[in-house]
Amino acid sequence: MAFENLADRLQETFKKIRGKGKVSEADVKQMTREVRLALLEADVNFKVVKDFINRIKERAVGQEVLKSLTPGQQVIKVVQEELTELMGGEQSKLRMSAKPPTVVMLVGLQGAGKTTTTGKLANYIRKQQNKKPLLAACDVYRPAAIKQLQTLGGQLDMPVFSMGDDASPVDIAKQAVAKAKEDHNDIVFIDTAGRLHVDDALMEELENIKEATQPDEIILVVDAMTGQDAVNVAESFNDRLGLTGVIMTKLDGDTRGGAALSVKAVTGTPIKFAGMGEKLDALEPFHPERMASRILGMGDVLTLIEKAQATVDEEKAKEMEKKMRTMSFTFDDFLEQLSQVRSMGPLDELLGMMPGANKIKGMKNLKIDEKQISHIEAIIRSMTPAEKTDPDIINASRKKRIANGSGTSIQEVNRLLKQFKDMKKMMKQMMGMTKGKKKKNPFNLPFM
Amino acid sequence: MSFFKKLKYKITGQTDTVTNKFKDGLAKTRHSMAARVNNLVKRYRKVDEDFFEELEEILISADVGVNTVLELVEKLKDEARTRNIKETEQLKDVIIEVLSNMLTEDEKDAAIAIQNDGLTVILVVGVNGVGKTTTIGKMAYKFKEEGKSVLLAAGDTFRAGAIEQLEVWGERAGVEVVKHNEGSDPAAVIYDAIMAAKSRGVDILICDTAGRLQNKVNLMKELEKVKRVISREVPGAPHEVLLVLDATTGQNAMTQAKIFGEATDVSGIVLTKLDGTAKGGIVLAIRHELDLPVKLVGLGEGIHDLQPFDSDTFVYGLFSEMFQSENGEDHAEENN
Repeated sequence: MAFENLADRLQETFKKIRGKGKVSEADVKQMTREVRLALLEADVNFKVVKDFINRIKERAVGQEVLKSLTPGQQVIKVVQEELTELMGGEQSKLRMSAKPPTVVMLVGLQGAGKTTTTGKLANYIRKQQNKKPLLAACDVYRPAAIKQLQTLGGQLDMPVFSMGDDASPVDIAKQAVAKAKEDHNDIVFIDTAGRLHVDDALMEELENIKEATQPDEIILVVDAMTGQDAVNVAESFNDRLGLTGVIMTKLDGDTRGGAALSVKAVTGTPIKFAGMGEKLDALEPFHPERMASRILGMGDVLTLIEKAQATVDEEKAKEMEKKMRTMSFTFDDFLEQLSQVRSMGPLDELLGMMPGANKIKGMKNLKIDEKQISHIEAIIRSMTPAEKTDPDIINASRKKRIANGSGTSIQEVNRLLKQFKDMKKMMKQMMGMTKGKKKKNPFNLPFM
Repeated sequence: MSFFKKLKYKITGQTDTVTNKFKDGLAKTRHSMAARVNNLVKRYRKVDEDFFEELEEILISADVGVNTVLELVEKLKDEARTRNIKETEQLKDVIIEVLSNMLTEDEKDAAIAIQNDGLTVILVVGVNGVGKTTTIGKMAYKFKEEGKSVLLAAGDTFRAGAIEQLEVWGERAGVEVVKHNEGSDPAAVIYDAIMAAKSRGVDILICDTAGRLQNKVNLMKELEKVKRVISREVPGAPHEVLLVLDATTGQNAMTQAKIFGEATDVSGIVLTKLDGTAKGGIVLAIRHELDLPVKLVGLGEGIHDLQPFDSDTFVYGLFSEMFQSENGEDHAEENN
């Protein structure tokens, strides 16, 4: 699939400009194009994308890039921050009426998952906010919709109010609220029939239900797989009913879920919950920052960047870079780098956060042996300062001492020495390669 | 004769009701697509990069998908170059031609494969909430009208109320439903239905299945099992595996088509809910990338609202309005 390579594609663009101290306008144009395509492929509405890209441009042009980070990552950070902000904060509570019962109305297109979500939401609120819900079956159109809600009510051991499918949905809703008062149910969930937002008669029916029951919450249930049309749907429902919240369903699928962004952008109402499975407890608070990563098709890059920022000492990084350039890189420096990487967290966890890491062949099942790294550290620590600075002096008897001191074998010491030699050789090549091209050539730490 | 006129000429042989139903269903799609292309052509007049960029946007807004759109626009640019088209007005016809060709390239038979003698088994699959059960109800009615004997298998044993929903549709269409209890093994229901179909000598058995997201490996395995049972009991069956897609779905529809295709060897697509404002443009991409034909389209909630898909009518429906201003006859037709 095309979009599987998306994060990599972004990375590819970013790679071209990495190492620059400043992001030029042309760079930004190239990057925003990739971001634009990424968002469009994730089904974010094209108008929403346009606005979004303009904001990114403003923030990215000329922005000083953090010392230790590549500009590419800085841009990802900007994109992600903006996305998260646009998506709003976490808001997984329902507005409760001061005078019970609280009335919650669920609306949406056919097949979005309203009935299932009604059951899940009632279950969640009962658990989290200790409420006593009543479910109202107002979908009189779809065959067996009432039966579906009754079955869910049975599974949840929750009362379901219905008047068959001959009654008017407005009457059912009104009477359900009255019934809740009578039975001391402090919250009523009104399941309405799925309808097209362009179906005037049925939209009017919703307005009438709203009028009759004065709901505290009107929640639009949106299928996370919805495409460009999400904007029209959300806009119409919002215009006619004044939505108070949104629930995204089927987020346990593999859709990128750009509809979330579109819906949020046009309605301005918070996305409160996400449907994560077919079971009745599969409803979770909506996490904007996770959604941002998902839409971009990336791993948790932000966390990775934050970890890097928190652990990598700016000055040390600069010093290291200079050492690499002047080829005075020693085992001490190597140890330093190693500990910096390790302080960011377990290595396989770090790898997991890297976008595209699981796409690399064999990487998926790769278990990084933390023990091996401890061995390397032990070997280096068993060296004398002279040996660390000039490994060439390490002869057979020194090797034997180091192996004994670190509790490893001579073979392991040999392997590390060879690796270190190769590494220096590689650095030399890289430095030589870029020498003639540009005056400045900042070297990035190998793990970045 | 312009490509569009040819297209129109080609489909005038069809009954008006079919064409009109299509046009009604696509009304909103047509409005925005055609109106926007028209507007674009008027504003630009000269074919240039900006023009193509905006055209890209219009197509993307119809859920056609970035890759397909980029390819399409590339093709248009080539055509414009080779035919030396400078005016956007002239390009209008080329746009329709290229789109239409994309839908009709190596056209496969879009008709449902009904066996001349013996039992025809149709398996209906798809993600949750796309309209599988409703589509089956409409299909059953359609076949019944054509004089076939039909049996339905209530293979969605998972979702609450799914069996009852199919039963209501069975009643409406006047066909029987084979069912087990909720929560039972769907493969067992299908097996029983096949036995019943054989002993009763029905023409067509339509098997409903529970909606499932394509990334649920176990559920996809279950579907493979259902299909295996069908193939084992009826040689050559299922004769059709129809994937139901919701027209409002975006790019994920491609993944759905791909993964359901791999698991169950999908033979055709039913595109539902095309009566909303969704454009169903992903059909173009699916046709283009996976070579899966659309066989039926759902245009409403009524039992009659299922139509055979016809790519010419689809394209004609999308763009008919675009040409009305330059042709009085078209205009009169629009007012019907």
